[in-house]
Amino acid sequence: MTTTRRLLGLGALGLLPAAVLGVFFLLPVSGMVARGLVVDGSFEPGAVLEVLTRPRTGRVVWFTVWSSAVATLVAVLLGLPAAYSLHRLEWTGRRVVRACLLVPFVLPTVVVGVAFRQLIGESGPLGPLALDGTAWAILAGLVFFNVSVVIRVVGSAWESLDSRPGEAAAALGASPAQVFRTVTWPALRPAVVSAASVVFLFCATGFGVVLVLGGLAFSTVETEIYLLTTDLLDLQAAAALSLVQLVAVTGLLVLAGRLRAVPDPTVRRTTAPPRRPRRGDLAPLGATALLLLAIATPVLSLVVGSFREALPGGGSTWSLENYRALTGQGDNQALLVPVADALVTSIRVAVDATWMALLLGGLLAVLLTRRSRSRTERRVRSVLDGLFMLPLGVSAVTLGFGFLITLDEPPLDLRDSPLLIPLAQALVALPLVVRTLVPVLAGVDDRLRQAAASLGAGPVRALLTVDLPVVWRPLLASGGFAFAVSLGEFGATSFLARPDAPTLPVVIFRLIGHPGRLNYGMALAACVVLAATTALVMLAVERLRVPSLGAL
Amino acid sequence: MTLTIRDLSVAYDDVPAVRGVSLEVPDGSVLAVLGPSGCGKSTLLRGVAGLEQATGSVAWDGEDVTRLPTHRRGFALMFQDGQLFDHLTVGRNVGYALRLRSRGRAARATEHARVEELLALVGLEGYADRLPRTLSGGERQRVALARSLAHQPRLLLLDEPLSALDAGLRRHLAGELREILTRAGTTALMVTHDHEEAFSVADRLAVMREGRLVQEGPIDEVWRSPVDAGTALFLGYARVLEGDAARRVLAAAGAPAAAAVAVRRSAVVVDERGPLEGEVRSIRSTPQLQRLVVAVDGLGDLDAVAPLDHRTSPGDRVRLGVDVTRVAALAGD
Repeated sequence: MTTTRRLLGLGALGLLPAAVLGVFFLLPVSGMVARGLVVDGSFEPGAVLEVLTRPRTGRVVWFTVWSSAVATLVAVLLGLPAAYSLHRLEWTGRRVVRACLLVPFVLPTVVVGVAFRQLIGESGPLGPLALDGTAWAILAGLVFFNVSVVIRVVGSAWESLDSRPGEAAAALGASPAQVFRTVTWPALRPAVVSAASVVFLFCATGFGVVLVLGGLAFSTVETEIYLLTTDLLDLQAAAALSLVQLVAVTGLLVLAGRLRAVPDPTVRRTTAPPRRPRRGDLAPLGATALLLLAIATPVLSLVVGSFREALPGGGSTWSLENYRALTGQGDNQALLVPVADALVTSIRVAVDATWMALLLGGLLAVLLTRRSRSRTERRVRSVLDGLFMLPLGVSAVTLGFGFLITLDEPPLDLRDSPLLIPLAQALVALPLVVRTLVPVLAGVDDRLRQAAASLGAGPVRALLTVDLPVVWRPLLASGGFAFAVSLGEFGATSFLARPDAPTLPVVIFRLIGHPGRLNYGMALAACVVLAATTALVMLAVERLRVPSLGAL
Repeated sequence: MTLTIRDLSVAYDDVPAVRGVSLEVPDGSVLAVLGPSGCGKSTLLRGVAGLEQATGSVAWDGEDVTRLPTHRRGFALMFQDGQLFDHLTVGRNVGYALRLRSRGRAARATEHARVEELLALVGLEGYADRLPRTLSGGERQRVALARSLAHQPRLLLLDEPLSALDAGLRRHLAGELREILTRAGTTALMVTHDHEEAFSVADRLAVMREGRLVQEGPIDEVWRSPVDAGTALFLGYARVLEGDAARRVLAAAGAPAAAAVAVRRSAVVVDERGPLEGEVRSIRSTPQLQRLVVAVDGLGDLDAVAPLDHRTSPGDRVRLGVDVTRVAALAGD
């Protein structure tokens, strides 16, 4: 009787997330897949093959793979010394630098793209290098975006490594390099591999950066889907590519999950107090300084650019004109609404997306961390866990596109619903929320809940007494995180936003693609506004000091 | 071939943990630094190993190593909980220091032979392929010891090598440790808070309190004449008596008068011809003797012992003698 009731209770908890995932994720994605496989009512996988054998598809896939691989490698190589300097050494300004290096991760992809274009564009500070429109620009953008992931994931693992095995090795005569190779690296490897797999995933599904920097010359699978859908109207080819991406990404996710699943039990976890730098630490500290410079340059050039006004006769001057123009609609009717309105829309959407992500993520996290009492239960849990991670890997473009083609007729004609965009964004942010909350809830000793129950607390009361005090901070932090992600979300939103109610990233993309004297400057100013908003939210979140935040 | 520590100080965030310690450890001897937890003895060891930034100097055989990083000092440090590399087998743990120094086929054969030899030395033959996590606490410490000895370090630093073990095992391993160190002819500096452990392993003893060295000398000498009351209590003396009480106890023992006296629990013995007298308050039997608490006239409560066949009960009056080898005269504060 109690078992049945318990299971019923758990089932009820899972009902809402399951329904949402079913209608707003599985349905759109499978609708999209069906679009690729079914031609005129009959099952024809041949069409997919036809798309895949096009030379352009081959080029796109190849570019996606190698650019992601190279960007991942570079991000890891740059991130390791910084992770060490920021998490193992104690020096003045460490926290500030750490916060600065984490900013890129939450910067909206469109902003990163625009910042790089401003930096390396013809009139930019690095214009003479003629990097604009090359693959290097895209690689730099991807690395910029993902170094902070490496620092975050590897840094928190490094921080919790016991320093004594390394000292034991040093006392046995191992030089610092030998200590790193024989002791530190084996303990750190799982975190590095896990960070690399996540970064590869982000690179391979990166959208905004590639779209802004790559133009038509370079396309990844993700941007190709977008171009096929919006410019070429070749829905079937887009669906076929989405299908390929879905399979590849699911495979990668499973792999990443495997790698993550084993927090190496041989590694003892204690947070080692960071120590003062020694002479041998100069190299990593120098590398960190260079990285900081490299991260700051595009951001600074973006900010500087936003305060320059292009003069009609050529040349430019300092002015606030770009910001003043944000209340207007741009040159040549670039926009249907003022940029300021788009910011309001963005924030309103982000608020909705945040509560949705928190509600769903919270329910899921509770569901996933209850102790399994049978093998079946455990299996159901692990399947659920994987299922709700899918939005992380399924490209946002696929999702947005799927929404478009499946939720367009009764009873699910939601195209005009104001909740459609927040829902899509909530699904994109959901894995981040779940991944932040699960380690926290799982860390609560189940015996505490049993103790509360034995003292007469019901399940809800026990939740309030035991879990809530531990979880409110991570909950708040993941809410802020979801808010930031939603503010910058571009992939799905670009499909779903109506022209008369666009979000800020959509407006920025439209502005940089639209000729007009003021439009580019406005895009820069809008980027600064968006970036500043996101950065503020993230700095507030950072102050909550939640270790599992963003650790995928 | 002597370790010379001169005026060594270590501070954590400006809070001094070790204050101006000077010590010498002659070749082939084992010095134990004894002190309560938090007295700075582990920090002293880490300072000698080069793991903490210290002022003062550390020299080996006249060569100043103060500026050398840990791995170039040629001192091996054995941690309290072993700190075995869990991702390596026992054999590869023990051979770790050897592999750092040489590579190649010939080196591998030597390493193998040396590892076997060391595992035999610590009584763990055939354990080479086991993983550290499958070992018991005592076995792990033996592996850690073998690993520290492998490259024949000029100095072995032992940080509470046995305190993570349970009492029985600790006593057993202390004897073995002494034997292994002597057989290998190793010079060693050990820190511990357990005086039994210090007595059974070391040749010389240094007592540390609140970051300072308070006494140093051969074990029996330190034991026989502790420098002050605190040291005496820490070395296992049961009580310290002062003034008139000290004078009377020393007189009863036939020793010259002093300002204070430290008394072991077995120093006062029930003896019909003894000079002291008192009333028995409680009796407890142990396998070897009876332990009494006696209210000695004019002195207050003292611990005393009696043979098992001595019949007495609480309330009885008894006469007491004092064993001069079990008291230590102290200079006054």
